[in-house]
Amino acid sequence: MPSDNPFEALSEQSDDARWAFGTGFDDPLAGIDPSVPDGVDRDALAAYCLMLGDDALVMSHRLQEWCTHAPELEEEVALANIALDLLGQARLLLARAGVAEGKGRGEDDFAYFRDASDFRNVGLAEAENGDFAYSTVRLLMFATWRLALLDRLTFSADPVLAAIAAKSVKEVAYHRDHAALWTVRLGDGTALSHDRTQRALDDLWPLTGELFATHEVERRMADAGAGADPSDVRDEFDAVLDEVLARATLRRPEPVPPHLAGRDGAHSPAFTALLTEMQSLAREHPGATW
Amino acid sequence: MSARAIAETVTDPELPMLTLAELGVLRDVTEETGRVEVTITPTYTGCPALDAMRADLRSRLAGAGYADVRIRTVLDPPWTTDWISDSGHRKLREAGIAPPGPAPRRAPGPIPLTLGPTRRVRCPRCGSADTVELSRFGATACKSLRRCESCREPFEHFKEI
Repeated sequence: MPSDNPFEALSEQSDDARWAFGTGFDDPLAGIDPSVPDGVDRDALAAYCLMLGDDALVMSHRLQEWCTHAPELEEEVALANIALDLLGQARLLLARAGVAEGKGRGEDDFAYFRDASDFRNVGLAEAENGDFAYSTVRLLMFATWRLALLDRLTFSADPVLAAIAAKSVKEVAYHRDHAALWTVRLGDGTALSHDRTQRALDDLWPLTGELFATHEVERRMADAGAGADPSDVRDEFDAVLDEVLARATLRRPEPVPPHLAGRDGAHSPAFTALLTEMQSLAREHPGATW
Repeated sequence: MSARAIAETVTDPELPMLTLAELGVLRDVTEETGRVEVTITPTYTGCPALDAMRADLRSRLAGAGYADVRIRTVLDPPWTTDWISDSGHRKLREAGIAPPGPAPRRAPGPIPLTLGPTRRVRCPRCGSADTVELSRFGATACKSLRRCESCREPFEHFKEI
């Protein structure tokens, strides 16, 4: 019989029918051809998918922290939806990393059983939420950058990565525009909202330097036609930011020189706290199901 | 009944008025010497309904005597609302959800920002075109929230992707 809701449908089959850690979700790449094409280095592909997957996973977690704290109900729902999209992207990318690595690790192993120094997300994704202006400006910068990268990855020599990118582009375009609308509303709002949004922009801006630094793995993947070189997306990022900030009557801070941090495993103390919370259940009860 | 006919009756867990076939999620059903292969594609990457769809397809086919069922997922080409059938559009409207217009066509170059009002969407209740967007994100990933300025009722709109 058809189910009235997904929870009911899931409960009909106890083997692959549950939610979150320990609940045996299907492998997100189940039924997808796993082969890695010739000319694409498996180790580089695995490391690259972890970078992109960690960005999405950590950004998703920060957005999830807004649940029950958003300024209005519609925004609560919007942030949760954006977090869910990014979690979906993270699951696909971490699963792809596991396939490329070939050591039998899956999405849960990567998400719950790596330590902070093994994560490869950029610092912008892990920065604490701050107030709503901080989170809005951060999402604008993150989504603008990610959209430009994903758009290039739709031509990746790895067909799975290209397919993940093609799906994700449609989602992240909505995220970016949503954050852009809020940035305009806050920046071009009251004196208070303008000042707080400008302060968020000024405080977060140093983290943009990391977005355009090219890690060795990113260079190798770009050279193989399978990845995107982040230094190539800076102009696109600046153009979008300029358009939004002009409408928001906000001032773009001075460019920051590119530098590596999160891509090399260097993270903030706040990130350790995030991971402790995110991983606590899985680590306390490894292999648990319910 | 053929495996295809059965698979085509399975409905979406979040939008139970629509079948997976009408939604464009069901891409193919093949049957060979008792083995059924069903191909589906996710609407959104994080859509939690996908596992429910797999479970529903399996249990419905098993109930009709098809024990050997393989469910294949394809990501490429990515799902688009253009794949929702005419009957799907009609059923959405009847359920008070404004169906999607044509998916945006991509021009060469960077994806442009959309900061102004989005496209015109007709109220599924009174038919007025005088509606406004309240939020681009609704109760599920695939819908936005709008209000009709004529009849003053809020309604959901299936977002074009």
